[in-house]
Amino acid sequence: MSGYFPSATAEGREIDFLILALTLVSCAVLALVFALIFLYMVRYRAESDAYRGAPGRKTWRFEISWTAATLTVFFVLFIWGGDLYVRLFQPPADALQIYVVGKQWMWKVEHQGGQREINALHIPINRSIQLVMTSEDVIHDFSVPAFRIKHDVLPGRYESLWFQVETPGTFELFCTQLCGVGHYSMTGVVVALTQPEFETWLSGAAPSGERDDMAAAGKALFTAHGCSGCHGENGVGGSPATTGVSAPALAGLFGRLVKLQTGATVTADEKFLRDCILTPDKTRIAGYPQIMPSFSGQISEEDVLRLIAHIKSLRSGSRT
Amino acid sequence: MTHAPAQVSYLDDGHTLRSWLLTTDHKRIAILYIVAITFFFFAGGFAAFLIRYNLSSPNGLIGSAETYNRLFSMHGILMVWFFLVPAVPVTLGNFLVPLMLGARDLAFPRLNLLSWYLFLAAGLVALYAIVIGGVDTGWTFYTPLTSFYSKGHVVAAVAAIFIAGFSSIATGLNFIVTIHKLRAPGMTWYKMPVFLWSLYATSVILVLATPVLAMTLLLLVFERIFGIGVFDPAIGGDPLLFQHLFWFYSHPAVYVMILPGFGVISEIIPAFSRKELFGYKFVVWASIAIAVIGFLVWGHHMFVAGTSLYSALVFSLLSYMVAVPSAIKVFNWIGTMHKGYIRFDAPMLYAIGFIGLFTTGGLTGLFLAALAADVHLTQTYFVVAHFHYVMVGGMVSAYFAGLHFWWPKITGRLYPEMWGRAGAIIIFVGFNLTFFPQFLLGYLGMPRRYFAYPPHFEALNLLSSSGALILAVGYILPLGYLAWSLFYGERAPANPWGATGLEWTTPSPPPTENFPVTPIVTQAPYQYRQAVAVER
Repeated sequence: MSGYFPSATAEGREIDFLILALTLVSCAVLALVFALIFLYMVRYRAESDAYRGAPGRKTWRFEISWTAATLTVFFVLFIWGGDLYVRLFQPPADALQIYVVGKQWMWKVEHQGGQREINALHIPINRSIQLVMTSEDVIHDFSVPAFRIKHDVLPGRYESLWFQVETPGTFELFCTQLCGVGHYSMTGVVVALTQPEFETWLSGAAPSGERDDMAAAGKALFTAHGCSGCHGENGVGGSPATTGVSAPALAGLFGRLVKLQTGATVTADEKFLRDCILTPDKTRIAGYPQIMPSFSGQISEEDVLRLIAHIKSLRSGSRT
Repeated sequence: MTHAPAQVSYLDDGHTLRSWLLTTDHKRIAILYIVAITFFFFAGGFAAFLIRYNLSSPNGLIGSAETYNRLFSMHGILMVWFFLVPAVPVTLGNFLVPLMLGARDLAFPRLNLLSWYLFLAAGLVALYAIVIGGVDTGWTFYTPLTSFYSKGHVVAAVAAIFIAGFSSIATGLNFIVTIHKLRAPGMTWYKMPVFLWSLYATSVILVLATPVLAMTLLLLVFERIFGIGVFDPAIGGDPLLFQHLFWFYSHPAVYVMILPGFGVISEIIPAFSRKELFGYKFVVWASIAIAVIGFLVWGHHMFVAGTSLYSALVFSLLSYMVAVPSAIKVFNWIGTMHKGYIRFDAPMLYAIGFIGLFTTGGLTGLFLAALAADVHLTQTYFVVAHFHYVMVGGMVSAYFAGLHFWWPKITGRLYPEMWGRAGAIIIFVGFNLTFFPQFLLGYLGMPRRYFAYPPHFEALNLLSSSGALILAVGYILPLGYLAWSLFYGERAPANPWGATGLEWTTPSPPPTENFPVTPIVTQAPYQYRQAVAVER
């Protein structure tokens, strides 16, 4: 495994700096507490004749001082940790998306080019990587200590995690949410490669002709599961005149705002598309009758991801 | 035998099994509870010992991951619900609340006995669950693992906790009513010892939070048995809902596990410093503040669970707020020692150990409340070390401190002082050796609940496991000498420590009626200055 110090990501080094600050604050407080206790234990032991004087009365001055001091230090730590956290979980728009599916007890990874790997994740360095993660069964957690990041991987949801690695190397990957008997064995590696190495790896991992990229695989599923029957070829949308039923256009949909029957407006992101496929009852689109059946239990999590990759690839230009 | 009934000690008031099992005397019920929780402490401790044994090698020494998962689940469930939550309230609390208030008994003596039987029933169900195979879900029972995937005996384990909850509620209710209604004449709220305030705050949490746990566990059982979709997304549930509900109980429950400890320490430090408690009202209101704010911080267990970023910011801020009253308490205890006449009997050694260990536990909590640092440290051994510093270093030390302090009052015998001091020091050393390396392991990324681990974590794990050996000696030692003192210990006077407080004005052990004449309270608590003046 590659070196743990310094962290392979800029954010990881920032977290280390925060942890260092917390350590220094803690050590200072502990030193104060222990020094005072030891001082008093010696100076004011029952046998000692040290001068005690009259008991102090105005304790509230002390109370207010140490309460105010504590609050001030805490507030600084809160702002510091909060600011970094918000940045830590907001992926840049141009991040390279990679899809991760957790199951008891393995990590399945699929790249946009259709390259798949198990318990390993190959990434290029100096490039923002966004993992779009879901689980087939229980809650898992994708944790890479060398990057100082982790996030739970939930069934029925897409959670995302992003990072940008600066040094090539192999880093430990752990599941850190108890997921059953094999929890301890749900480990793997994150391999960070230079861009040329990564491209070589990509082409080696997906011999041409053997495997489609995710979007192309999704296109086949789009036909196989009958999506195109209502939504039209290439997701152009359906109407009673063309496909026999009214169905929303999917081309160019990704990232746009969609109005629901409830009056709410939502962004058509991966989570939304997943919900539309698996629980269409809960995401009725304004202006369309709810006739789409649920595909829950009929499509694997990986195929859902491929369908979404296909929908994302459909340009609005292809609309007739 | 014609002496007046008021002179019969509660221990001599009937020697039959029946006189114990059907007693409504709060002092005897406290003894029944001490026996029960001591058993569970050592059962849970035995599981902990096997856990440390397993982790002394990277490949695991106990053979199967399934056994390991069941062990740490058993350890967590027994220690949380059958030792830490009840520990101080039902033993020292049961014994002392009426004595400190100047009352004859708790407000509802029969409810008190019922609470013990509920606890016993819950304990038996828990043991049944363990004997038939146990659970592998951890004490946190996260769904959907618990909904369908776990092959353990989830329903039996959950039933045990469900029943134990009613015992908690009964005790909490009893304390609240007793403190409101049965204070001796002159015992105003601000004349109450801090121990009573701590138990009052604890009781409020028990009564308000425990029902939420009961409902949550019931929903979990409905889902597991009947397939009603509440938590598992595959049948329409929400996987995070369980965590919200569970921590809505379990975070306040953390304060149930530590507030009574604060109370014990607040009695002992003044008694052995011969000085009144520094900042009495601040210490009192810090307990109440903890009980209130403690209900609003549950989300800090879920910073990487997939909740909204902005809710995490709010929970982080509130978590810092709830740490302020704890800091206030620590400073006030140290202020109490200032210019005192400090003696170093075993209760004081445990109390000083408590301050050091609890402060370490509290400070490492600041790491976990700082959002970005939590992302790296949560779900690793850092968290394990953090809460053991608070729960074991803090609460177990406080329980031992209190047990030694009131042992002469409870049993009428003095424990051997040198052994007591040795035990306190061995526990302090063993504890730090066991759990400090776990902070480092956590920072280096070792995940919790791993049966086997990469070899580069071995050295620190070995250190931790050797510490556990010392800690085990430290915990077995008091079992030995305290039991010895029951038979051979010197007879205790009414007030061996020269402490203030009504419980020390009645004989050791107290008569069944507690006080021959209802005491009248005229003084604020902790008036040690006069006592010092008399001694000198």
